Amino acid sequence: MVRPPQPFNPVLVLLAGLCALFFVLPLVGLLARTPWASTVGIMSDQGVQAALRLSLVCSLASTVLACLLGVPLAWVLARLRFPGKSLLRGITTLPMVLPPVVGGVALLLAFGRRGLIGEPIAAATGLGLPFTTPGVIVAEAFVGMPFLVITVEAGLRSMDVRFEDAARTLGARRWTVFRRITLPLIGPSLAAGAVLAWSRALGEFGATITFAGNFPGTTQTAPLAIYIDLESGQLPSAVMLSLLMIVVSLAVLVALRGRYLGDA
Amino acid sequence: MATRRLSVLLSVVTGSLLVACGGVASSPSSSSSPGLSGNLTVLAAASLTGAFTRIADQLHAMNPDLDVKFSFAGSPTLVTQIQQGAPGDVFASADVRNMQTVVTGGFNSGMPKVFVHNKLEIAVGAGTPKHITTVSDLANSSIKVDECAPAVPCGSYATTVFGKANVKVTPVSQEQDVKSVLSKVSLGEADAGIVYVTDVKSAGSGVEGVQIPDDLNVTADYPIVELKSTQNRSAARAFLDYVLGSRGQAVLKSFGFITVG
Repeated sequence: MVRPPQPFNPVLVLLAGLCALFFVLPLVGLLARTPWASTVGIMSDQGVQAALRLSLVCSLASTVLACLLGVPLAWVLARLRFPGKSLLRGITTLPMVLPPVVGGVALLLAFGRRGLIGEPIAAATGLGLPFTTPGVIVAEAFVGMPFLVITVEAGLRSMDVRFEDAARTLGARRWTVFRRITLPLIGPSLAAGAVLAWSRALGEFGATITFAGNFPGTTQTAPLAIYIDLESGQLPSAVMLSLLMIVVSLAVLVALRGRYLGDA
Repeated sequence: MATRRLSVLLSVVTGSLLVACGGVASSPSSSSSPGLSGNLTVLAAASLTGAFTRIADQLHAMNPDLDVKFSFAGSPTLVTQIQQGAPGDVFASADVRNMQTVVTGGFNSGMPKVFVHNKLEIAVGAGTPKHITTVSDLANSSIKVDECAPAVPCGSYATTVFGKANVKVTPVSQEQDVKSVLSKVSLGEADAGIVYVTDVKSAGSGVEGVQIPDDLNVTADYPIVELKSTQNRSAARAFLDYVLGSRGQAVLKSFGFITVG
């Protein structure tokens, strides 16, 4: 099945080259300004370590939250028929296209101390999400979970439901079918969705700084630390942290290469 | 005085150089302001938002062809923008330290002048639900205190106040400019915020101020300078002159600033 090569089109190749440069140059710019000599100093800085640790903890926690709540939602969207389903799907995927800072404002007005349900909760328990680490996790789940939901829903739709039917006819209960048949069959979709949700959570900035605030060790994740460092003249540590985030993102792409880096 | 004499000397020197080089004889004079035109971009500390907007309106009324644009942000944010080559004609900082960074980097044209002073105040939600009356009250861990990040002037001033009052305050967040602190207080997310007197005055009915006594307070110095990158030297000079002149000072005073004698 070897096809003859396409005729060479110099204009298209030139424009493609420009396009490639557009993506390569920022990376080169970052690498060129990376203070390699002070790598150890920056990486052992307590503030940098706290930001990285917080980013890791919060993004993983928000991914767990996304799996616990997002898989059931995906199942409902894929399997059940009910009025308003398209609307529900629209609302739950909205954060994918919404500017994250808008998400942050909306979260504040819902779960903030003067928020729709935040106020009665704060009045009853004294607990509030803004300015807390759980607040960061909520903000990250808000922007990350939709990626998991649509990926898992697609997986559920494309799987062969006859396996579930067969299990049921053999006497398996509902939960057993879900646990032993459905989940393993959608495993790859679930993994891909979880990685997407996690990487989105890891990079989350707008909703976090709006809803959870910015304090080192409590709510200042790596993207916030990068922004603050840059704004306060700490360019070296901003560049170093940026580079780390790029490495992590590249790792995510490699992990998902079957989906996005297919060598077709 | 010494700096003024130096700048006069410099302008004489550059003027004679221009003449000696046979340069354009009609170098724009900055002493009077009729016929100002074009764009003027002023990078100014967030706490100047209200006063500078009013001043720009007055300047525009006098010079309909002059378009004054602002970038209001925390002072270190503006310094970073200047360092990265953002276009701007005038820079006004809320502290001397950030202005010094600009001068050290050689981004200024002429020496900075302090044009106004400010003081800090504790902003609390209207009705002071937490009964905050002194700086020491802020040490209570049940009170959510918001403040500026340490690099932002209002943040470093707040640290000075806490030091003088000998209290340890753990803020819930560190904002990039003073207006963000104010909005967290008016939203009710923070119980108290360390802001300028002028911010409380501009905030409206949702926010009240708790005075910080003079012995614990700081005097914030606001320097202003013309930037080397300016494309509109005559307008930049006119803006500086206006801010330092009686009419500009009157506007600043009406917003609660302490004018320079």
